[in-house]
Amino acid sequence: MNKEKLKVDPIKNGTVIDHIIAGKALQVAEILNIGNSDNEIMLGLNLLSRKMGKKDIIKIENREITKQEANSIALISPTATLIIINEYKVIKKFGIVIPKKIKNHIVCPNSNCITNIEQVKTKFELAGNNPIEVRCFYCEKKYYIEEVKFSF
Amino acid sequence: MKNLISMRDVNTQDILKLIDLAEKIETKKCKPDMSGKLAALLFFEPSTRTHFSFETAVKKLGGNSFSMSGTGSTSVKKGETLSDTLMTISMYADIIVMRHVIEGSARFASEIVNIPVINAGDGTNQHPSQAMLDLYSIKKTQNTLSNLTVGMVGDLRLGRTVHSLAQALSDFNPTFYFASPKHLQMPKYIKDDLDERNIKYEEIEDIKEVMSELDIMYVTRIQKERFAVLEDYEKVKDSYIITKKLLEGVKSNFKVLHPLPRVNEITKEVDDTEFAYYFQQARNGVFMRQAIITEILKLKY
Repeated sequence: MNKEKLKVDPIKNGTVIDHIIAGKALQVAEILNIGNSDNEIMLGLNLLSRKMGKKDIIKIENREITKQEANSIALISPTATLIIINEYKVIKKFGIVIPKKIKNHIVCPNSNCITNIEQVKTKFELAGNNPIEVRCFYCEKKYYIEEVKFSF
Repeated sequence: MKNLISMRDVNTQDILKLIDLAEKIETKKCKPDMSGKLAALLFFEPSTRTHFSFETAVKKLGGNSFSMSGTGSTSVKKGETLSDTLMTISMYADIIVMRHVIEGSARFASEIVNIPVINAGDGTNQHPSQAMLDLYSIKKTQNTLSNLTVGMVGDLRLGRTVHSLAQALSDFNPTFYFASPKHLQMPKYIKDDLDERNIKYEEIEDIKEVMSELDIMYVTRIQKERFAVLEDYEKVKDSYIITKKLLEGVKSNFKVLHPLPRVNEITKEVDDTEFAYYFQQARNGVFMRQAIITEILKLKY
């Protein structure tokens, strides 16, 4: 029997976000704003994974994650997979796509960038996939995703 | 071309078109007419050469301009936001030429005003009109832009001209040697761009090793104003000095370029050699800036 399954109960209807990079689940939860919802939520942190060594997992009862929400997750954990569950059955399973353009969600780490000085929404473009890098549309500096902060 | 903000936006076709137009203007094969148009030359960060070069270009085109240099006598000092300053100026002028210490400021300006914007330097980021005049100078001295070996010397980390030029030359299969003190090396994001485009480059500490291979040596000043601590500046300021002796054995087509102003990185004796080209380069700047304004304002010629 799979030990992972023993640790987190199955859900009847909703979304399972699996293969989240270990330690990132709380950030993903923040993006999805699930702390303020009434849905039943299960969070698994640092679970053993054959694929990843360690991983986090989130199960959300009665909520289907939208594509836009999934793309936001991709920035933090591109490894994540989404599983939509209906009556305990997997009805959809998909990997998430890192968006090519990211508006408004990344704070530019360059303190001399105009986005940190004037009231202007940030725009970033995907500049590398492995590892993930993003480039500020304004100051043109490039950063690893781990170097940036998010604002949702 | 609606604005000139970054060399990342300029394609090979644009580059060749602007060089062709600058050449026609220089050789008086055409005379664009800017009469009745007004340029706002907004140098929030003071500059001599770029400012005067644009001012000269506007005058030679028959246009008018008004300027600011520094923010001392403006409402910026009273706390006005950059966007308010730009919006107001855009009510008066037909084109904005802008230098600002904040990176991305020119891109931001181009988004909020409805007149064209030319970036005359935004912090350590881009200086595209300089890159274009450098390309024009290289084309004039080498008769081509393709397959050249270019050495860049000095402060490659903070000097925006080398960033723009490296990107601009990438369309023409160059080989680069980047000679700089270790902590002033070309930034990773520029090198990543070069890697993506399979451009050959090598980082070296001493330009001497490769002098005989170079077609162009592009020298930059170690910029005092970019250092927070004066001692750090003193440590590196004499690191890369070009002397007449260093030029012994270079190729006959070899030229030394420098965006100016220089401090001590090229000795005065080099000025008298056939290899010095930096003052002609400054002159080329006027023709290139005339070409850029002509293209952006779609002036008749």
